[in-house]
Amino acid sequence: MISFERAKAILIKEFKQVFRDPRMKTVIFITPLVQIILFGYAANKDINYVPTAIYDKDNTVESRELLRRFTFSKYFVPERYIDSQKEMNRVLDTGKASLVIHIDRGFGRNLQGDKNAEVQLAFDGSDSNTAMVIMGYANSVISEYSYDILQEKTAATGKIDSYPSVDLRDRAWFNGNLISRDYYLPGVIATIVSMMSLLLSAMAIVKEKEIGTMEQLIVSPLTPIELIMGKLLPFATIALVQVFLITVLGVVWFKVPLRGDILLLLFSTCIYLFTTLGIGLFISTISATQQEAMMSVFLFFMPTVLLSGFAYPISNMPQPIQWSTFFNPLRYFMVVIRSIFLKGVGLEVLWGQLLALAVMGVVVISFSALRFRKSMG
Amino acid sequence: MNLKRIQAIAWKEFVQIKRDSRSLALALGIPIFLLFIFGYGLSLDIDHVRTVVWNQDASSKVTRDFLLNFENSKYFRIIKYTDNYRDIERMINSGEVIMALVIPKDFSHYIESNEPAPLQLLMDGSDANTATIAKGYVQSVVASYNVKLLYDAFSAKGIRPVKSLNAVSRIWFNMGLTSTWFIVPGVIAMIIMIIAALLTSICIAREWERGTMEQLISTPVKAPELVIGKFIPYFAIAFFDLTIGVLMGTLVFGVPLRGSYFLLVSLSCLFVTGALSQGILISIVARTQLMASQLATLTTMIPTIILSGFIYPIFNMPKALQMVTYFIPARYYIVILREIFLKGTGIESMWDEAIFLLLFALLMFGLAIRRFRKKVAV
Repeated sequence: MISFERAKAILIKEFKQVFRDPRMKTVIFITPLVQIILFGYAANKDINYVPTAIYDKDNTVESRELLRRFTFSKYFVPERYIDSQKEMNRVLDTGKASLVIHIDRGFGRNLQGDKNAEVQLAFDGSDSNTAMVIMGYANSVISEYSYDILQEKTAATGKIDSYPSVDLRDRAWFNGNLISRDYYLPGVIATIVSMMSLLLSAMAIVKEKEIGTMEQLIVSPLTPIELIMGKLLPFATIALVQVFLITVLGVVWFKVPLRGDILLLLFSTCIYLFTTLGIGLFISTISATQQEAMMSVFLFFMPTVLLSGFAYPISNMPQPIQWSTFFNPLRYFMVVIRSIFLKGVGLEVLWGQLLALAVMGVVVISFSALRFRKSMG
Repeated sequence: MNLKRIQAIAWKEFVQIKRDSRSLALALGIPIFLLFIFGYGLSLDIDHVRTVVWNQDASSKVTRDFLLNFENSKYFRIIKYTDNYRDIERMINSGEVIMALVIPKDFSHYIESNEPAPLQLLMDGSDANTATIAKGYVQSVVASYNVKLLYDAFSAKGIRPVKSLNAVSRIWFNMGLTSTWFIVPGVIAMIIMIIAALLTSICIAREWERGTMEQLISTPVKAPELVIGKFIPYFAIAFFDLTIGVLMGTLVFGVPLRGSYFLLVSLSCLFVTGALSQGILISIVARTQLMASQLATLTTMIPTIILSGFIYPIFNMPKALQMVTYFIPARYYIVILREIFLKGTGIESMWDEAIFLLLFALLMFGLAIRRFRKKVAV
């Protein structure tokens, strides 16, 4: 028979213990805050500032026009003007510039005449992803200039007065202005909740073991189920409050759209917490010291985050690794939380993911509870 | 300062790490795991963008020629040709494709009559970064196709095509744009930070919490000896991990080590000293293990991952945050590693970074020794 009185007593004790240490309060609320702010401002893979060095040996109307087009594209910012090959090596070596635009003497004359005009672009390839994006930008600028020159020249001949072209009209769904932050922040919420619930639940129980107070709890009339409930509920509550606060912060401060239902978000979090708290409980049964518990939490947490699709798209991973992600609860929660935020969809779309989470949660928590009962008895 | 006592403390700490199999697994397994997963599993390179095409003007040769530009590009993978909007909607919603190209039925008519032909691009914008890059690829295909159209129009009118502008692109340091070359140095810095954050940060807090610190205090060991003794085994672990990182990076992933090995080792010493001292300092301040691990995650691991330039380019961050990155030692270390590995430059181009790492190491080490008090709590 479960006595809620007794579970409540443990629950109150647990809350008191967590908040007795004023620094713990800070940790619980400041850590998520700092993370959300850092991710909100820094985690940006959109490249909109390319430090560029300009090496213009030609210095004619044409070369300046090309450079003007580069700077007007809003991506390329001319950080410095250089005038020797040696300096070019130096700015690339030290990373002062990601791109050097090198225009040789004769560029303008060649463009005016019928010769091929060449512009040399030297990219710093060490960050391959960024370099690839920058190359794309640069090629567009050059193609457009090329097109305009051709047009001008033929207009001068007076033989052609209209030109064929393809006119691209693009539209992005779900995130019309293509803001990375809107995609990242919901994911950050998911990782914070996972970390906090795992760590707090694993440590709280092991701490009793380590200081020896677990034996006192065992001789008390508490049943294991009551103890588990009393121990885990405070952390579930803390996690929910965190989700709520971070969501408010994201929506109010970072203007991340929350298109779906916040109640559905909290409900999904509850389902997800079964798994993380269950794993925390499991870790506490296999750890004798807080240090062991902490290491286990990190050993579990690191692959979970890396293979959740949080920062690295799952579809980019090799096939066997993709399969392994089906056992990753965070993978499902990530989809759920992002869909609620960005796509505004509800249960009719997300039920599959939530069902997977619920099944995992029930299995994990019952398994851990059984183990915990054994280890207590 | 007594070497014997330092040695004794170091030995005790070493035995304790060895006894705790999970800490050992973390210390030795994490580098291998991270290098493999970053080297093989995780990629931010965006190529083979999954695409669905609806060609409403499929009977025309013009549109088929145009689409060849996408079919032959390694940046796109056309998963399906469809003939209705429902498919497109379904495939984007489910994430099967990232973008859809819709060619309207009068596309070739426009082109043939020398008018702008509309091309519709629909994309899943939720992952904004991927979408922006994919859009850039499409734009550059369209731009070069436009130039070609213009040439064709000239030939049709019998005008001798004029020459035009060419870009000659050269990629320095990483000709093949292999992303592992970029990632491995970053992973090495991250591994050392993890060791500092997870292992060293609890090494003194643990003694306080378990009460064994009081026993240590009653021994003749002095504060600096204790700190140095605690420091040594973790330094050995960090260096072991560093060696694994460099060996795996060069042998398994083929990252070139173009610069001096000696320079790499000596500057790494500075970084490791700073990182571990910071961990020990946290351990001294925090007093409980949970608090210590949280503080360490907050002040070392998260900034290293987000603000060091490992994943997110620093020059893209808001100015205020760029200022903050100057206080993150990993920022300097990653620059140093990349320069030594990929660019093969010597100390002359990294004085600033080296001096900062030295100052940081001295500051943290000094603070750790000063802050540590051999006093029993009252």
